[in-house]
Formats: sequence, C-alpha cells, structure tokens
Amino acid sequence: MKARLDGATLGYGAKPVLSGVDFTLNDGERVVLLGPSGAGKSTLLAAIYRQMTKARTRVALVPQDHGLVPQLSVRRNVYMGRLDDHSGIINLGRLIHLPQHVRDGIDAILLPLGLSEFATRPVEALSGGQRQRTALGRALYRGGEVIVADEPVSAVDAVQSRDIMSMIAARFPTALIALHDIDLARLYATRIIGLKDGRVRFDAETKKVSDAQIEALYA
Amino acid sequence: MRDRLSPYAVVVIFVAIAGLMLPFADLGIAGHDPWPLLGRMLAGFARPDFSAVETLAHALALTVAFAVAGVSIGAAAGLLMAPLYDRRPVRALCIALRSIHEIFWALLLIQAIGIGAPAGVLALALPYAGIFAKVFAEQIEEADPRPRNALPPRTDAVSRFVWASLPMIRAPMLAYTLYRLECGMRASAVIGFIGLPTLGFQLDSFFRKGDYGAASAILICYILLIATIRLWMRPRLAPFWIIAAFSLLATVNAPPMGTGALWRFLSEDIIPAPLRDGQGLTGLFDWLREMTLAQILPGIWNTVVATQVALVLTGLVAFFGFGLGVAAVSGQIGRLLGHLLLVTLRSLPEYMLAYLFLQIFGPSLLPAILALGLHNGAIIGHLLGREADAILPEMRPDAPRGLSLWAWELAPRLFGRFLALCLYRWEIILRESAVMGILGIATLGFFIDSALAELRVDRAVILLAVIALLSATIDAISLRLRRRMKVQGVAETDCALLPVERATQHA
Repeated sequence: MKARLDGATLGYGAKPVLSGVDFTLNDGERVVLLGPSGAGKSTLLAAIYRQMTKARTRVALVPQDHGLVPQLSVRRNVYMGRLDDHSGIINLGRLIHLPQHVRDGIDAILLPLGLSEFATRPVEALSGGQRQRTALGRALYRGGEVIVADEPVSAVDAVQSRDIMSMIAARFPTALIALHDIDLARLYATRIIGLKDGRVRFDAETKKVSDAQIEALYA
Repeated sequence: MRDRLSPYAVVVIFVAIAGLMLPFADLGIAGHDPWPLLGRMLAGFARPDFSAVETLAHALALTVAFAVAGVSIGAAAGLLMAPLYDRRPVRALCIALRSIHEIFWALLLIQAIGIGAPAGVLALALPYAGIFAKVFAEQIEEADPRPRNALPPRTDAVSRFVWASLPMIRAPMLAYTLYRLECGMRASAVIGFIGLPTLGFQLDSFFRKGDYGAASAILICYILLIATIRLWMRPRLAPFWIIAAFSLLATVNAPPMGTGALWRFLSEDIIPAPLRDGQGLTGLFDWLREMTLAQILPGIWNTVVATQVALVLTGLVAFFGFGLGVAAVSGQIGRLLGHLLLVTLRSLPEYMLAYLFLQIFGPSLLPAILALGLHNGAIIGHLLGREADAILPEMRPDAPRGLSLWAWELAPRLFGRFLALCLYRWEIILRESAVMGILGIATLGFFIDSALAELRVDRAVILLAVIALLSATIDAISLRLRRRMKVQGVAETDCALLPVERATQHA
C-alpha cells in the first residue's frame, strides 16, 4: 500500500472540496481519476502526494500548471527533478555547467518525448504542448516508485499521448493520474475513480466500470 | 469602516500646512545681490570648457568607480541576506543600515577608517545592502511559487533558491540593480563634496575658482553618463566594469590613519560624553536636554519646514510638468525639450542642485527647497510621463490632444498615482533635506556635520537616530494616508521598471 484515506475531508481553508473520501493506492496499481473540472481531482492528488512524500516514498510529480522555471532551458528544467539527490553545492555548479554524463542522461529522456531539438531552449519560448512534455520529462527523469500527475497529456495530440502514457507505465510501477480522455483512461488504468461535486461516485477495476457510469459524471 | 479619504482633501491639507510654515521659513537671500553672479554663472554654463580633459575624465571615472564598487558590494551582500530577510536580526540590521543616508555613512566612515576609497565604497555599499536585501526579499516573495512547489521534497534550501527562485527574479533584479546604480552614481558624485575624489570635489573646486565653463563641462558629461547608463552598463559587461572599478580605486592615495582609530571610534567616541566621563544618568539627562534645545528641536523644525514646502513644490513641478514628456500633449519638439529638462533635473542629485542654488542665493532654506522640489518633481514627472505613454494606446481614437488631453484625460486618470508617488517620496525628501544641512543650511545634517567636525561622534549618533525616527514617522503617516485614500501602493521597485516591462506587466 502506498497511501490511504479513511473518510477524509479535503480542501483549502474552511470550505471542503472533497468530503467522505475512502481511498487506497496499492503497489503496482495505475489509478486514473475522472470527473468534470472542479470535481476535486487536483485536491485528491495533492493530499495523496503529501501523504506519500511525508512517508518518504519517492514520488514524481506533474502538476497541472507544470511548475517550470520559464527562464531556464528545457534540459535544466528536466534536471530539476533530481535536485534532492545532490548537495546544494553540486546543484549550484550544475546550474552553471551541466556535465556531459548528466546531459546524456537527460537527452535520453528528451528523445522519446520529441524534445531533443529544444534541449537548450528556454521554456518560456516553447508552446503549451512542449512545456507539458518538459514537465513530464522532469517526472520521468526523476523516476521513483510512484508518479502523481494532473492532466499530464491535456495539451498533446492523441497519438503522442498514448506513447507518453506507455512511457509512464514502463517507468513507474505505481501511478495516480487525473485524465479527461476517457478512452485513454480505459486503455491505461487498472482502476478508475469517478469524482463529481466533491464526492467519490465510483471506484472500481477498469473493466468493471460501465460507460453509463462515466457518462453520469459529466452529465 | 471610515469613509475613503478624498485625495483633494489631502492636497488641500498639505498645501495649507506648507502655506502656514512658509512665513516662518528662513528664505532670505543672505545679504548679497545674486543677479551679477547668476549672470556670470549662466555665461560660463553657456560656454562649457572641456579643456581640462584629464581632470574631467579622472573625476568622472572615479565617480563611476565608486558607484559600481559600492553597488556591486551592496547587491552581493543584499542577495546573501535576502533569503534570510524574514529573520528578525537580519531585518533589524538591514533597517539600521538603510536608515542612515549615504552621505552620513561617508562622514562617519571617514571618521572611523580615514578618508580613502574604502570609506567611499562602504558609504554606498552599507545602506544599499540593506535596501537590496529588502527589495530582493520582496521580489523573491512575489515570484511565481509554482516552480518551487513542484520541486522534489527535501531539496536543500540553496538549490531551492538558486534553481526555482533566482531564475524567476533575474530580470526584475537586474532592472532594480541598474536603477540602484543610477542612484549610486548620484551618491558617488555627492560624496565628493565632503572630500572624496569624485565629481562633487572637482565641481566644488571649479566653483571656488569661478571656473564656470569647466563646471558646466563636467555637469554635461555627468548628465550624459547617467542618461546613457542603459547603453554602457550591460549585464554581460558588469564583470568588466567591476574589475575596472576596483582597479581604479586601488590607485587612490589616502592619507594614512593612526592605528586603532576604528577601535577608538567604536569603543570610546560613540559613547555619550557624560557616561564616558562618569557623570552618570543625571549628567546624561542634562546633556540630552541641552542637545534637544540647542540642536534637535531647531534641526527638526528646519528639516520639516524644508520638507513640507519642498513636497508641495515637488507636486507642482510633477503635476504641471509630466505632460511635457508626452508627445501627444507637447508635440514632438516639446516632448524632446521636456524630456531633456526632466532628465537633467532628475540626473543632478538634490544635494548638487542645492549646492548650485546655494552659490546664487546664499545659505537659507531656499536652495534646499528649490533643489528638493525640482529634483523630486522631475522624477515623479518623468515616471508619470511614462505611465501616460503606457495608457495612451488604450484611449478612445477621438481623444483630444495637447492641453485638453493633459487636463481632461491624463491628469484625472493619473491623479491617484501622482499622489501616491508624492507621498512615497515624502520620506525621501525628508532624508535629503536633513542631509543638506552639511551645506550649511540649518537642518539636522548641519548639527551632525559640526558634531563630527568637533569629533563628537556621540552627538552625531543621537542626531542620526532622530532622523531615523522622524523618517519612520513620516513613512507611517504616508502609509496611513495612502491606505485611507485607497490609492494603489508604490513600491521601491516602481522607479526601476523600464516602460516596456511596465507595459507587459499591465497586459
């Protein structure tokens, strides 16, 4: 088990976004959150992420807003996924110069993401889809036991998003991902959770979730 | 909740206060007829004499060198302190450092470590370190937090700062540092008046010799240097300028200081005389009372009178002058001339302007008030002109032009901003008017200068504390007024933003 909530009430400040949440994330599961915007997906992701980092699980994170440093290059933004693996002095040096072996490691991640030619470009000069792939690159470079991602493929095309989801599946044994693409969710997830109006509407293995159940979320 | 304070009421109150103070202000043209001298000065200024090339170049180079060295040390120290600015000791240190004006620092440092390059550099670096720490800390705080939040947990503090904060604030930091360098150029010129080998020193000696042509030449070069600062000071060239500055300063000869002067300064001179002489608390009390009656109260009165009258003059200059720099108001040629006038008045430090006026009118509050009003009015006018340029494209296509544009569209729209800027500069005007005492005008600086001349550091320290308190009071009143009027706040960095950056920020 990676994380667990028992009847939790989650939210910012006084107003709960989600209430009465029972949730467990088990090892080896790929859980996808579905639901209209405002349903509480990001809130649930944040709570699980906090719990796992507190327990010192190595988690890679793809926030919805990417959290990239616009002024730094794609390569350096990807490197930032491993800042906590090195001392402050080494990181300071690498801000000035990235050694060849580090660059090679990063470029191996950038290639399948189609970002090789943008490696030295500052993130602020990229398109929305390229930024999103940079944020994914940072998570892939970080690696770990779990990935927590909030709409990680919302800005890339259908073919590419399938490739990216399989890269995620290959790299991380366990995953918790919010998606809006239902087909992609069915293709990728081992378990799907439906959220609506601050409540969990269903939580079941992918094959046991019916199209009607999903449609009801967005009705 | 109380009603919003009317901005017009505030204007009326300030004008009334200045009007009531004016009859008591010492504005006398001290005994002599200024016009023949003014005629000679103007004649000299109309024919700038660049023949003393070597002297000119040396004074200007040293002025730049002191500014670059002081600002770079101040910025580096400020950057180191900025991440720790929320800790109380660091914050208190920074407040103390910046509460003392550059020139007072120079006076103190000359006493403590002798008149040499280190005193001049530190005089700029110490207060600027406090200012930089505050501004950088604010910029870090205002930076987009999302990259910080996306960092792996347990990333160490240094990496957090250097990777996720520093790149975000690099551009505003550089813009602010450049602005500070401009301030540093002014301060560096002014410390020449108290004996360091910069522009002020040279200007003073030209004036003493009545060589107004050379004085004119050095002022023209100086204004050009400040006006083109964005061209010659490029971030890429900064290392070159810094090395050049320190190399040049290393060649400055200084008279040797007796050993132990600094220690004596810190351990003896700074302690109030009655305590040093073992007169106890009663002695201290008498000493303080004598100082309050003879120096503090008259000093405060003159400083405040100069400040209030100068503030109203600042407002007049800024309000009626800002249209000059807007082409749609004053026309292309008018804009150029207006711009030239505002840039000239903005570039010349208040202290230097006061020095010039003092030559003409003799020592009274008049030179101080004129200098403060013109310089600060030009700064605010210049800023308002830039803001007017920024809002012009948003205006309806059939908006009026010329005077009607200024009176009907620009002045009403920018009035709140104008007041906020005036109130923001209020405290700066106070500090500068205190400093002008060094020129022989009876504000607080006069008593500090004479105390230090008599080696009475203890008195100087008390007077510096009085200035700090007075400026903190003004700052608090100004903040309250701005809040009650609900005008948009003004930050230290507002003066530093380039027009382009402002425009994109508003977009």
